[in-house]
Amino acid sequence: MLEIKNLVCRYGKVTALEGISLKVPEKQLVVLVGANGAGKSTTLRAISGIVPAASGQIIFDGEDITGMAAGKILAKGIAHCPEGRRVFGQMTVLENLEIGAYLRRDPKEISEDLDRVLEQFPRLAERRKQVAGTLSGGEQQMLAIGRSMMSRPRLIMFDEPSLGLAPNIVEQTFSIIQGIREAGTTVMMVEQNAFAALDMCDYAYLLEAGSMVLEGKGEELIKNPHVREAYLGAGVHA
Amino acid sequence: MKQVFPLIALAFFATVPLWLQDQYYLHTLVVAGIFMLAAMSLNLLLGYTGQLSLGHVAFFGIGAYVSALTSLGFSLSIFGVQITHEPWPPFIGLILGALAAGLCGYLIGKLAFRVRGAYFVIVTISFAEVVRLVSLNWVELTNGPLALPGIPPLTLGFDWTGYVTLWGKAQNYYLVLVFIALAYVLIKRLVQSPYGRAMIALRENETLAVSVGISVTKYLVLAAIFSGALAGLAGGLYAHYIQIIDPMIFMFLNTVTMVIMVITGGKGTLAGPIVGGLIFGLAPVVLRNYVGPEVQWILYGVLMILIVFVLPEGIVPAIERWFNRKAKPGRKDGSAAGGKAADRETGQGGSTLALASSGKVNS
Repeated sequence: MLEIKNLVCRYGKVTALEGISLKVPEKQLVVLVGANGAGKSTTLRAISGIVPAASGQIIFDGEDITGMAAGKILAKGIAHCPEGRRVFGQMTVLENLEIGAYLRRDPKEISEDLDRVLEQFPRLAERRKQVAGTLSGGEQQMLAIGRSMMSRPRLIMFDEPSLGLAPNIVEQTFSIIQGIREAGTTVMMVEQNAFAALDMCDYAYLLEAGSMVLEGKGEELIKNPHVREAYLGAGVHA
Repeated sequence: MKQVFPLIALAFFATVPLWLQDQYYLHTLVVAGIFMLAAMSLNLLLGYTGQLSLGHVAFFGIGAYVSALTSLGFSLSIFGVQITHEPWPPFIGLILGALAAGLCGYLIGKLAFRVRGAYFVIVTISFAEVVRLVSLNWVELTNGPLALPGIPPLTLGFDWTGYVTLWGKAQNYYLVLVFIALAYVLIKRLVQSPYGRAMIALRENETLAVSVGISVTKYLVLAAIFSGALAGLAGGLYAHYIQIIDPMIFMFLNTVTMVIMVITGGKGTLAGPIVGGLIFGLAPVVLRNYVGPEVQWILYGVLMILIVFVLPEGIVPAIERWFNRKAKPGRKDGSAAGGKAADRETGQGGSTLALASSGKVNS
């Protein structure tokens, strides 16, 4: 579904990605793990058109989307759930969800999707008129996921979905992401919580300093001695 | 309550010339009103898209000069080509002034939004300074520091209604009041439209806004055009009301006044620039009655600092919050019910959101 060939990205003189390649097959959950600054977020940003690619190709559904405007890429069906501040803090829950459907011009179906999201997240339905900034971290994450769904994507990219969340909320977030995948949407995820990410994924890539150093099924990477030593911290996750 | 309040305010201000006999106060209100319009335009940029334009007076001045020159006429030669413009009716000048300022908004927007933040601020300051220097030195066109005197006041009407020339203070007061009301409605509609949503989204979180498909440049430029045109309109009103303009119109202080009005009133609120404009438009005049000129500006400054300290978000948001608290006393957040809701979510997590795959993507 998505294929990246020799993607190079630079911020000024600094090379963030030194020619990486990866594949995200349809209806799978692919995870990108790696340390801080390895280029994980940059990869997602390049795919969604926020960061320009210096060279290389990004192909989605057989179409070269390299260099397309962010809005166009979203319209093609790739949603990006960025890290950090996840929601528009001063807008209400409802407004946040509506803006997720910003590019769509089918009011009837938008309102159907809105109802469906609110049904899936009763907590958001309860607070639909509340200003999003006053929600708890977990609720904001739900809202961010709900908002991404509002564009009807076929591929959703999550950037550090567990960042800054309480452990039980992290678990909940991962199970929602699993649910999205099981419902048939392709998911690509960047995660620092390597063990959990590798455990739930179909396929994983390991990025180090802008280069792809390892790839394989989740369980293979978990067993890999290099991964165990550098990312899993031997014995922590018994 | 919230809906009728602007109407009550409008009705109240419509009665002012009926009972306010002092022409000087009326004059102060007209000038304050014109600056309010300019502040409203600045609010569109500063309050709704979060871009601080410290050269906003440039749009105001360009509107004033274009409008004045259109209605005065001019004659100059550029590279040996003689250009003569016969005077046109002031109302056309007003429109052309707004258009010219809007065009400058477009150019500045296109140029400056490539650089954001501090750089944008610098570009706007420089722009205002360049325009000021042009107005000062292009003597053939602008009369330079000798000013453009004798600008005709606005004339309203059609052939079939007869014409009214707005010489009086009260007439100009109503004219400005009408423009403020129109601008208020226009900005309200803009802000509440999808365009406005997009602008607010950009202010709140640019990365996120881009990730939902909002084009940054498009909306920032759009806001700059609107904002520039409205400021230009205010400048045109100013020129035809005061009837004389000189390069002093481009003083940095005028921009600062607009910024103060927006920030103290509450940036990003519809009523903010109006409330701020009233306070800081009238404060110097009111203070003049009680204290000497040295103390006036000190008090002005103290007032400003006090407002910013006590109500950092501005007056209007503070009042709104106070109202909301009164309206719903003792409202709880429902945190007791929250735990259960969270459990429900966890349970449903696995089967969540089938809608993603069910539909095709719409562009």
